[in-house]
Amino acid sequence: MAEEETELSDQQKKGIAKWFLINAPAGEIQYVAKDLKSVLKDDDVYNEAAAVAFPIYNKSHLIYLKMPGGYGDVLVTSYGELQDNEYLDPKTAQVVIVDHVKQVCKRVRPATDEELPSPYIEEYRYALEAELLKYAAEAYPKGSCAVYCTNGKDVEGPGSDFEFVVVISAARNSPHNFCNGSWRAIWNIEFRDDIQVLELKGKCQVGAHYFEEGNVQLDAKRECSDSTMFQGPDDTATAVVHLIRRHENEYMASLEGSYFDLSDNTFKELRRKLPVTRTLFPWHNTMQFNLKREIAEELRIGELHDIKRA
Amino acid sequence: MEAAMGLMRRMPPRHSETTLSALLSLLPGHASDLLSQVDLPLQVLSDVDSGKKFILCEYNRDADSYRSPWSNKYHPPLDDAPYPSSKLRQMEIEANDIFTVYCEQYYEGGISSVYMWEDDNEGLVACFLVKKDGSKTGQGRRGYLEEGTWDAIHVIEVGPEEEITRYCLTSTVMLSLTTDDVSSGTFSLSGSIRRQMNMNLPVADGHLSNMGKMIEEMEAKLRNSLDQVYFGKTREMVCNLRPPNEVVQMRLPTS
Repeated sequence: MAEEETELSDQQKKGIAKWFLINAPAGEIQYVAKDLKSVLKDDDVYNEAAAVAFPIYNKSHLIYLKMPGGYGDVLVTSYGELQDNEYLDPKTAQVVIVDHVKQVCKRVRPATDEELPSPYIEEYRYALEAELLKYAAEAYPKGSCAVYCTNGKDVEGPGSDFEFVVVISAARNSPHNFCNGSWRAIWNIEFRDDIQVLELKGKCQVGAHYFEEGNVQLDAKRECSDSTMFQGPDDTATAVVHLIRRHENEYMASLEGSYFDLSDNTFKELRRKLPVTRTLFPWHNTMQFNLKREIAEELRIGELHDIKRA
Repeated sequence: MEAAMGLMRRMPPRHSETTLSALLSLLPGHASDLLSQVDLPLQVLSDVDSGKKFILCEYNRDADSYRSPWSNKYHPPLDDAPYPSSKLRQMEIEANDIFTVYCEQYYEGGISSVYMWEDDNEGLVACFLVKKDGSKTGQGRRGYLEEGTWDAIHVIEVGPEEEITRYCLTSTVMLSLTTDDVSSGTFSLSGSIRRQMNMNLPVADGHLSNMGKMIEEMEAKLRNSLDQVYFGKTREMVCNLRPPNEVVQMRLPTS
């Protein structure tokens, strides 16, 4: 039964366009956008879809953009979002205005007092960020990181709980080598004043895409949790970063382990490198109706020898 | 069309079906090009006579029915459908039997099918397909994989029979695997590659033997390429993003 070629509505085209953009791999949304525009052949629909899709993509990929004025990078995340296109950079106490579709910073302005945490909170935030920056400079050479206060930023002193989020984002784009990748880590830190404990919940997500004459993607993620004592700003900062470093080191080691196992063990579940006989398959010269029986016999004999060795 | 293929190469391989169906709805005029150039994970049906599974593809399809290599019947039944000649059907039966043994050896299970038909140039075309589910709930013998699939499609065009005959093989492998445990989280690799190989071989050695050896060589190359090159590049990228621990430890100041 032949299918009728029905014209898609603008609404449907927009939905499809958004899907393509949001699912683009790390670092590839502009390439996807270009191909998508060709296929869509409708700039109005594209622009509407892009206006919605790009912010979602940018925030989920924790992209970082250069700030005008040489202040370094600013992360675009939901934790630092003040308004639709305004993002706080806690490191320099500034706010950037961003063009999501072009993925650039348009302007930068100092943050207002209302947008910043109280001095008590800032003491903790600043100490943690300073320690974090040292760690990130070693572990993520081309990445960016920041510490945001997501709850209780106006707390004046001890006696209340508050929450921070540590964001680490590193991306490597090598389009000429057909390879792109990203490492994203988000650590939620709950400062529990009542029990004098910090509760950490971390989530790491790693992606890589290699597509020279093919298309292979890695998608790995892991969650973990830990806790430490609620101390003064400097001691807390050291303790927290120590935990983060340890967990992320462990994760890196486990990723290496997964790759190591892949070649010898895991891949075998799909296809062995060679049969149990450790020789190639005995394709014979054809004597048609005997061929299968001959092969089966040869393999059975081979298998008996190998059963003890297997 | 080039843009469409570009999108296929960038979208996550796990979503290849959604990607293709999105492209088909945006580019209805290019449907036949898209369907012939894009491979999707293989579908399977059970033979009405024996219950044995067989793989569905363009090469055993007519209208909405598919021919089983086991019973030679179309599912669902179809009038006026094309069948291979009886001579070719004999070769097809033998090929299926031998390929089943081959798959047992390399895939420790899996589903296989071979389809053959005469082409217009007095040659023949054969399609060898394999589908393996390596997950621990499927046919994974060692229980490593939460999820794992390997789909291989090999299409061989055999030139007109001469003393030395030309064989042209186009192979596609699609795979995905996921391991999942509490300490390392979820680790997922997926992808697809396609390669071609042409050989001129003595017809006296037998078509099946010639085709079989080519497929075995090609599968080894593809498996190796996926493992060393493709997975290897993603591993390299991870190490670039976060240099492995020894390097980090060395550079940290003692405190």
